[in-house]
Amino acid sequence: MEQQREAGTLGMWWFLLTEIMFFGGMFLAYTIYRHLYFDAFAAGSNVLSIWWGAFNTAVLIASSLTMALAVYHAQMGNSKKIVFFLLFTVVLGLVFLRVKYIEYSDKFEEHVFPAGDFRWPLAEHPTAPSNVGQLLTMFIGIPPAGHTAEAPQQALPANIDTKYSDKSPYLGISGAIPEEVSKMGMAGHVRMYFWLYFVMTGFHALHMIIGIGILLVLAFQAWKGKFSKEYHSYIELTGLYWHFVDIVWIFLFPLLYLVDRHL
Amino acid sequence: MSLIAVDPIEMGAPQVDGEPLSYLNDGHGLRSWLLTKDHKRIAILYLITVSTFFVIGGIFALLVRINLLSPNGVFDADTYNRLFTAHGIVMVFFFLVPAVPAILGNFLLPIMIGAKDLAFPKINLLSWYMYMLGATFGLIAIIAGGVDTGWTFYTPYSTSYSNSNVLLAGIGIFIVGFSSILTGLNFIVTTHTMRAPGMTWFRLPLFVWGQYATALVIMLATPVLAITVSLMALERIAHVGIFDPAMGGDPVLFQHMFWFYSHPAVYIMVLPAMGVVSELIANMSRKNVFGYKFVAMSSLAIAVFGFLVWGHHLFVSTQSVYLGLIFSFLSYAVAIPSAIKVFNWTATLYKGSISYDTPMLYGLGFIGLFLIGGMTGLYVAALGIDVHVTDTYFVIAHFHYVMVGGSLMGFLGGMHLWWGKMTGRQYPEYWARAAMVIQFVGFNLTFFPQFILGYLGMPRRYAAYPPEFQVLHVLSTAGASILGIGMLITIVYFIWSLKNGKRAPANPWGASGLEWRTSSPPPTENFYETPIVTWEAYEFAPIESMQVLGYPGDSSRSTQPVPKEHGTED
Ligand SMILES: [Cu+2]
Repeated sequence: MEQQREAGTLGMWWFLLTEIMFFGGMFLAYTIYRHLYFDAFAAGSNVLSIWWGAFNTAVLIASSLTMALAVYHAQMGNSKKIVFFLLFTVVLGLVFLRVKYIEYSDKFEEHVFPAGDFRWPLAEHPTAPSNVGQLLTMFIGIPPAGHTAEAPQQALPANIDTKYSDKSPYLGISGAIPEEVSKMGMAGHVRMYFWLYFVMTGFHALHMIIGIGILLVLAFQAWKGKFSKEYHSYIELTGLYWHFVDIVWIFLFPLLYLVDRHL
Repeated sequence: MSLIAVDPIEMGAPQVDGEPLSYLNDGHGLRSWLLTKDHKRIAILYLITVSTFFVIGGIFALLVRINLLSPNGVFDADTYNRLFTAHGIVMVFFFLVPAVPAILGNFLLPIMIGAKDLAFPKINLLSWYMYMLGATFGLIAIIAGGVDTGWTFYTPYSTSYSNSNVLLAGIGIFIVGFSSILTGLNFIVTTHTMRAPGMTWFRLPLFVWGQYATALVIMLATPVLAITVSLMALERIAHVGIFDPAMGGDPVLFQHMFWFYSHPAVYIMVLPAMGVVSELIANMSRKNVFGYKFVAMSSLAIAVFGFLVWGHHLFVSTQSVYLGLIFSFLSYAVAIPSAIKVFNWTATLYKGSISYDTPMLYGLGFIGLFLIGGMTGLYVAALGIDVHVTDTYFVIAHFHYVMVGGSLMGFLGGMHLWWGKMTGRQYPEYWARAAMVIQFVGFNLTFFPQFILGYLGMPRRYAAYPPEFQVLHVLSTAGASILGIGMLITIVYFIWSLKNGKRAPANPWGASGLEWRTSSPPPTENFYETPIVTWEAYEFAPIESMQVLGYPGDSSRSTQPVPKEHGTED
């Protein structure tokens, strides 16, 4: 039994290492293009709602606490409390996903979803909350008063930002950049920012969904009384995974939401 | 040292149809195989499927060679692109990467460390199903018209221009990648937590060290391939992304990320084969591997250095010359641990009592061919020469000497050494030696002319070529046919031996290692009682005591005296 537990823990740590390498590829791409197209990334970042981002960060930190409490009660062999805290963690995870869903829909509405009808520059942000009250009403699906529908937008290639034409996007090569790129100018690079935003938060959300699924199974098993003081390593391992997914978000939030925002 | 009695019936093993109960007859029917959690049965499942892909990849190789018989080609250029891509994808992702770890490693690693199974048997079975799923996607991609990007999937061709099944192949590779991650995870955890009492790290067979180092590389490199392929696939679907210059992206970033996996992948393919060769050389010359710790540590050194050299694939891809210099230097540095292995194997042979049975022939073949492959690796790691030979047949010949001459020779050598252990039947020695010699000749005839072709300027991936290259191309195709015949003979006698081969004794080679101290084939639990290891790696017992275990007892082969301080009993 002890050997199994040791094996499980070691295995999970190694698995998390592979996860770091997996996300690492995206962080690498982000770092390079943020360095090359800083202004575009800053502009794109300002479209995101810092309210939603901060709220979700708080939700995930809280979920890490409830997860840790579930592990604690698993070690104490307290089945009822395990179920309670696992489900609490699930609820917080669902709150996170609900906010992510609102944010994604807003981005579609603002035409900054990169693969769709992308338009830049953005005239205004019609749907972001600006205080806690609005945040809560929007969370349950009621748009705040003064919510405007679609703002007039400019089509993609219209805005040529010449500032970009003298900066080569290639690693380690100097010289002219292709015409298509300079034609797109700033808009193209903002679009790349949103591409990275959707891919990175999308893969993160996928990990959240998998985590919630595992938590539900564990909660069911705990409810059936499967876990005891001696046998609860699956809860500990899932705890490690859940904390890891939270930590990824702790990196994503400042990198994506706070590119050039200062207090 | 104590010899564990391994006559299963003497040990009180139950009998099935007059044969002792082993993992092979412990449960019958398809269900008992497809739902098995026994690492040995999973190894057999892998053996069957991975070998099938080897045959498929081999057929594509022959088609490629047939096309190159004539300067104008036999197939049109578009078909040719799909043929060499299919050959590359199948051989790299569906054969070479899983071959040694998933077949030999799966079967042997738990037995060699004295464990009953891997740490996570269910995950092990899951990895086989992931392999099957990924391989199915790969097969569909090929059958439904193929892929024309080459196995490297360079952007922006793969993301924006290619009209072939890039997506399907990408999904297949992504899934197969996770299959090998699960295998690697199992190996690392098993080696750490499941060693038998007395089996210290420096008593591990070098095969286990090789698998362990490979598992490290698999765990850290494969996820990078997964994200690279994912981003490539998403970019292809969404027509937005980071790899296409037309969208402000950088194709060189793709190359960096791709080779961050794919150079270490070379070591995923060759490190486990090196582990096999250590076993072949030690057991077939009945000597402890010279400088055991150096060989063990050089596996880890190769695994670590292997992560720092990917840039040598980008010497002509706009990478800065200074960066190129560093990558060139580091690539030379990897040659050091590789050379340590080759020197130590050679030193092991010195004054050994050498048998020239088939496993040894493959072991020696590996050393010779890997030497050529490795040395020409230094040519292409040199900045100046690489500019001349980049993307020519010189590079093709170089990595085939490493992949076929190295990995495949190691794999086949291991298959011969452990065939009796896995199946309970020995292969026919005469045919095996003949096949090995045929393969060796065929291999060199195929690939040596390609060094010359490449040096003369024949570019890779071209369907047609100037007529002056025809002689060398015809020689190469002739060699490939001979190599193919050699492979065919091996496949035929392996299958033949399943029914007609001589019964394998517990230890047909007079070899050392825990796997020879259990019956052939082993029982489901691997051992009749948990072994307690009191001896060092590669301590060979005297011939007489080996005869107890079924070693035919070639009295001309003496044995190295067992060092007094280690041989506790006996
Ligand atoms: Cu390389």
